[in-house]
Amino acid sequence: MTNTQPQVLIRAVQDADSPLKLIKAVNALAEAHHPEAIPTLLEVLGYNNPGAAVAAVDGLVQLGDMAVEPLLKHLDGHNYTARAWGVRALAGIGHPSGLETLLTTLKTDFAMSVRRAAARGLGNIRWQEMPESDRPAAQAAAMETLLVASQDGEWIVRYAAIAALHALATALSDPKAIAHIQAGWQQQLQVEETLAVQARIRLAQQSLHSHTPSDGTPEGDWYATLERLYHRKSEERPMAEGDPRKFREVAASLSARYNAE
Amino acid sequence: MAQGESQTDGTLTVERAIANLRGDDLGLRVYAAWWLGRFRVNEPEAVTVLIEALSDEADRTEAGGYPLRRNAARALGKLGDRRAVSPLTESLKCTDFYVREAAAQSLEMLGDPVCVPALVALLQDEVPGTLPSPEQPDFIQPYDSLLEALGTLQAADAIPLIKSFLEHPIERVRYAAARALYQLTPDPNEASQYGDVLVQALSGRDLQLRRAALADLGAIGYLGAADAIAETLAENSLKLIALKGLLEHAMQQSEGDTLPPEAVRVMQLMDALL
Repeated sequence: MTNTQPQVLIRAVQDADSPLKLIKAVNALAEAHHPEAIPTLLEVLGYNNPGAAVAAVDGLVQLGDMAVEPLLKHLDGHNYTARAWGVRALAGIGHPSGLETLLTTLKTDFAMSVRRAAARGLGNIRWQEMPESDRPAAQAAAMETLLVASQDGEWIVRYAAIAALHALATALSDPKAIAHIQAGWQQQLQVEETLAVQARIRLAQQSLHSHTPSDGTPEGDWYATLERLYHRKSEERPMAEGDPRKFREVAASLSARYNAE
Repeated sequence: MAQGESQTDGTLTVERAIANLRGDDLGLRVYAAWWLGRFRVNEPEAVTVLIEALSDEADRTEAGGYPLRRNAARALGKLGDRRAVSPLTESLKCTDFYVREAAAQSLEMLGDPVCVPALVALLQDEVPGTLPSPEQPDFIQPYDSLLEALGTLQAADAIPLIKSFLEHPIERVRYAAARALYQLTPDPNEASQYGDVLVQALSGRDLQLRRAALADLGAIGYLGAADAIAETLAENSLKLIALKGLLEHAMQQSEGDTLPPEAVRVMQLMDALL
């Protein structure tokens, strides 16, 4: 937290006259964690400055749920770069209302890094905050889309889809759906050529297996459910967007390079 | 997948590319050479025309370079046909720096150690008539590519020579030497000291060098670098590729169906970078 007025920080972003100054100003604005910063952070996503965009995504993820609605509005029809960064922010926040955007992005985006982020976002959705009546259909849609993405041409998208299915499976309560995911993994192991993706499937299988009740008694189910909850909790990291802050210096030096050329 | 892609690329067919490479249009020839490598057209006829292109004299740059030879040399590394080993070894004597660089890289990919003496001779700058890099005149030979090839080809006899490059003034060359020595040193404790040279590079100030170190660590699969890779300042995409190299290395070392704990650790780091 900082005492600096948001208006002053916003003005600094608007007045920045070099890529480096812009990144610094966006960093400062993002770190202020102020709701008034949201429109400016959204605008920065479209500036075509990767360093600034990373900082803005980070700021939006930190602001969390209150950034979701403005993000969804902003994503509507905007330029591609801004959309791609917006998807990353939605993926990091994990609010259920980002679901449709993440599903569409995973199915249709041409950039593998964006599909990767969308898959990760589907694994990161806080299902418990969705009305119980909507949950089964929404989870089924995520599951089907992720199973399709497990056959993406790019290994990293397949890897991200498996990781997301793993997270989804730990959140599911319907044993049939879990079995469906497990059957998908088993099938994929027959054809998967990338060793790293094979390994991720096996990790998911192993960890899910160790959380599945073996005796089927109500006590066993209760215990398994609790285990799954703990497991899921341990996987939720507050800074999960690949710690975008670690990008900043790199992005700054990148921008400086582009600027010099 | 390679074949499928070549069918769907509307601009060329295998037959057309081979015909273009034999034709007179220099632009089409250079493009065809690249295309055959890009789509990994591993057909005997394609390999034959590419080998012929290694001695092309028609396509020259103002500085005396051989663009077609460069593309042909690069393509041959991707096609995996051992017939190319001897002509590529011959290309290590080319006046054009970039032809020699491409030849060294492709010889590394083809994996036949018969070229090792020629790589060593070039590394010692003992091949007359070879010109330095036009951009960096003090870069006389493609040292980094030569060192990497010697590491991959398990040229243990070259260890003392490679060690002398650990002190080279150019960082990229020092990293290549460390990478090769890591691959050539059987004792894991001793090898890790070379791996750590690359880990150190991850905290350097130059982004390009950090990227180069990431690629090297992924290529050698040095598990001791996992956390440093996850934390270095570079794009997540590149970190993920490097960690993939570590993960696959760990999986190849393991027996049967068990996931080694190092592999699980690497996957946790990868998950956080998605």
